[in-house]
Amino acid sequence: MPFAAGYWAWEILEKRNMKFSDFVSVAAIKADLASFDKPGVIRELVLSLTAAGAVKQSDADGIVAAIMKREELGSTGIGRGVAVPHTKHASVERLVGTVGVSSEGVDFNSLDGDKVQLFFLLVSPPDRPGDHLRALENISRQLRDETFCRFLKQAKSAQDIHLLLEEADNNQFVA
Amino acid sequence: MPDSTAERTVKLVNPQGFHARPAHMFMKLASQYRANVEILKGNEVINGKSILDLLTLGAVNGTTLCLRAIGDDAQAAVDALSELIESGFGEMPGQTPS
Repeated sequence: MPFAAGYWAWEILEKRNMKFSDFVSVAAIKADLASFDKPGVIRELVLSLTAAGAVKQSDADGIVAAIMKREELGSTGIGRGVAVPHTKHASVERLVGTVGVSSEGVDFNSLDGDKVQLFFLLVSPPDRPGDHLRALENISRQLRDETFCRFLKQAKSAQDIHLLLEEADNNQFVA
Repeated sequence: MPDSTAERTVKLVNPQGFHARPAHMFMKLASQYRANVEILKGNEVINGKSILDLLTLGAVNGTTLCLRAIGDDAQAAVDALSELIESGFGEMPGQTPS
C-alpha cells in the first residue's frame, strides 16, 4: 500500500541517528579561527556558511544577531572546550551547520568557565525542532569520546576536521 | 540519613524538547542535590548532572523519561526535577519563549 510504505520510509528517516554529514557544510569548516571573542567567532562561522553557499549572504547579519540573542539566554558553551551556538532561522529550508576550531581557545562564558576550542554552529528551520535535537544528540554523543575531542582540537586543516567527522560518522570513535 | 532511591516517570511537554537550554536548567537543578541523578530512556542510563550526557538524549516533545535519584535527598531531587520537566522549562505557549 503506497501510503503505508511512504509512512514507513518517513518513520525510518525520522528515527535514524543523524550524522555529521547530514548537516555539516564541508566547505564551511574552519580549522584555524582568527577571531578571539564570542561575537567574532560567531560572525566568522556564519560568514563561512555564506561563502560555502549554505546560507544566503543577505541573511548573514540576521543569523548572527539571532545566535547572539540566543547566547544572551545562556551560553551554549557546554563545557570541555565545546560550544554549540545555534538559532532557528526562517531563511534555511533544512538544518545546516559548520565546525570551527580555535587553537588558542575563545572566552565564551561557558558553563565550566573554560575557553572554547571546538564550535559546532547550527542553523535550523523554525518548524523542525526534531532535527535540531538529533544534531545536538549526535554532537554530544561523539564528543563524549575524549579521543575524538582531542583529535578535533589538534586538527590543523579543514580536511583533517572533515576526515575526523567522517570517521565519527562511521562509528570509529563510539562503540 | 541513609541513602534512598526515588523514581518517577515524566513526559516532556515543552514543544522544543530537551534542547540545550532545558539541559542546562536540568543540570543546574540536579547539581543542587547530593543524590546521584540519572535519566533512563529506553536502554540508556545517563548522568543527569552532565550536560553532555543530557544532550545525548535527543528527546523530543512527548518523550517519556524515567528520573532516578539515589542519595539521602533523592526524593526531593526527583520531585523538583519532575516539576521542572512538567512545567515545560518555561517554554510552554504563553510563557516567555526561548
